[in-house]
Amino acid sequence: MEEFKKITSNAIPLPMVNVDTDMIIPKQFLKTIKRTGLGKNLFYELRYDEKDVPIDSFVLNQDKYKESKILITGKNFGCGSSREHAPWSILDYGIKCIIASSFADIFYNNCFKNGILPIKLDETEVSKLQKAAENSLSFTIDLENQKISYIEDNKNHEINFDLDKAKKTSLLEGLDDIGLTLAKVNHISDFENRQESKTPWLYSQKIK
Amino acid sequence: MSAPKTLYDKIWNEHLVTNNDDGTSIIYIDRHLVHEVTSPQAFEGLKITNRSVRKPNFTLATADHNIPTTNRDAGISDPESKLQVDTLEENCKEHGITFLSMSDKRQGIVHIIGPEQGFTQPGMTIVCGDSHTSTHGAFGALAWGIGTSEVEHVLATQTLVQTKAKNMQINIRGELPIGVTAKDIVLKIIQTIGTAGGTGYVIEYTGEAIESLTMEGRMTVCNMSIEAGARAGLISPDEKTIEYLEGKPFSPSENEYKFASDYWLSLASDHGAAYDKVIDIDASDIIPQVTWGTSPEDVVSIDGLVPNPEDERDDSKKKSMIRALEYMGLSPNTPLKEVKIDRVFIGSCTNGRIEDLRAASEIARNRKVADHVNAIIVPGSGLVKEQAEREGLDKIFIESGFEWREPGCSMCLAMNADKLKPQERCASTSNRNFEGRQGRGGRTHLMSPAMAAAAAINGRLSDCREI
Repeated sequence: MEEFKKITSNAIPLPMVNVDTDMIIPKQFLKTIKRTGLGKNLFYELRYDEKDVPIDSFVLNQDKYKESKILITGKNFGCGSSREHAPWSILDYGIKCIIASSFADIFYNNCFKNGILPIKLDETEVSKLQKAAENSLSFTIDLENQKISYIEDNKNHEINFDLDKAKKTSLLEGLDDIGLTLAKVNHISDFENRQESKTPWLYSQKIK
Repeated sequence: MSAPKTLYDKIWNEHLVTNNDDGTSIIYIDRHLVHEVTSPQAFEGLKITNRSVRKPNFTLATADHNIPTTNRDAGISDPESKLQVDTLEENCKEHGITFLSMSDKRQGIVHIIGPEQGFTQPGMTIVCGDSHTSTHGAFGALAWGIGTSEVEHVLATQTLVQTKAKNMQINIRGELPIGVTAKDIVLKIIQTIGTAGGTGYVIEYTGEAIESLTMEGRMTVCNMSIEAGARAGLISPDEKTIEYLEGKPFSPSENEYKFASDYWLSLASDHGAAYDKVIDIDASDIIPQVTWGTSPEDVVSIDGLVPNPEDERDDSKKKSMIRALEYMGLSPNTPLKEVKIDRVFIGSCTNGRIEDLRAASEIARNRKVADHVNAIIVPGSGLVKEQAEREGLDKIFIESGFEWREPGCSMCLAMNADKLKPQERCASTSNRNFEGRQGRGGRTHLMSPAMAAAAAINGRLSDCREI
């Protein structure tokens, strides 16, 4: 996984609430056996009409947002299906940071597995940032210092954000979660031994 | 004596491998269900890093999302779907994982076959790369949906790194009125707390109305915990749980069963256990529910009206209501019972079990599906299908004009050929009414099997109690 340090970019404003993962990446694109190549279909049904023609009014189709690395959106983003294809498509498009007032649980966790930083802020701050994003201002996201900064009307604005320590480290260092757990494989084996003596039927199950 | 604990607290403690320095915990995973859509990239990850599956016999795989529900003998015609299913089969073979193929009569939707096979048991931790894994919570198992990276993590380590969620109790007090089902309970709950109401919590469902449900009904309630945003949904194990699991293929053997069931019963939440949040709903207030919009929280009672965005004060909520009504092709204040439908889907991991088919068949018996309606019944598994046929339910449905299909996820997410055309309106027993969920432009109304069958007969949304 690529490490996340600091990014600077304008931000895509998508002021919708309850954006679900079906909306982020519809089911017809879940038939892939790869993680890559999904970016062109991100927000497919909002982005293209029934003949596959880009819908001009949709924000991702506007030239100024084509290189954006940040998405600013509404509460409960990523609800619904657990499909990791949602963060894969977001990352493949080039977005590395999502700002919202809340995220659905599975999606939120999936982001960290893919080097995407989801930032939770309160609703007033999110709407302030939405406005700035509509004016295509440039934002800097500094993970190390947990700070969002941008310049508006010649004034420097800074917003701090909270983040769980473990999640921060994993993003900053691009850690291999499985490798870290396997380093504690002795604990796992000990657990299995304890569990097998307490609830032996869990270990003797066979399909009949 | 130690402080009273919830079922969730107990299962967590029983599966704690170790606490990490950063505040997270390594939690042991007893059982892992695998399907074709969210696993190929996980197996690929194992290959790249040269890792193996730690516990192949704790893992059970099947294909459900992509497979056709008609003419199984012809195989899968969509090449991409076929590749995905074939890839799963090869991966299972390579790693020694049991795979129930499309031709196996035990095949079905992962969340139907887990309990059916006794693979699901109280007190277990169970995961699957599918958000509706919460279904298994009906047995008092801590079960939740994960992404593909975590599927890989479980395959390689049989554990997950977790932070503990908070405890929420949703108490459904009293007795359910006649004609009101588990689906109506859970739709009412989602309407009450909202689709983000459960975020950060594991919900435990309690109360007389929950206790009185069959295991099938309890699965329906726990299934849609994710639609309320919760990490998992749970119901404490009781005599019904023990009775249901006895003699199932994966259940503990006869001579271990008493020992195992005593252990299971000891996991039930202790009297006086503390919850971080408590919601109380009076069962007698619940009548059959349907959704009107594009979020599972957009719920009204069947005798109600399509809501009016003008009555909504919250601006962003109002905007999303306007958008939903436009997508659904509905005008504010229309009585729900006047809404005409084109399609009916009875099935899914929410409502594809035998009890659901029985309820729908009661309505369908000696009646005809309205001329303009196409209605399909998709059993949740091969065993559900076989049981229904043994009871003659297939004949009732076919005589009424329903199509009787092969098991799978089907039109719940429309990854196979079963999908709505743009603007088609569907009475569906599935779990999500999102835009495009059942096909681009398709309009979904969620409801119980009896309600969907009633809609099929009348050709419009209807109250199943009035048939």
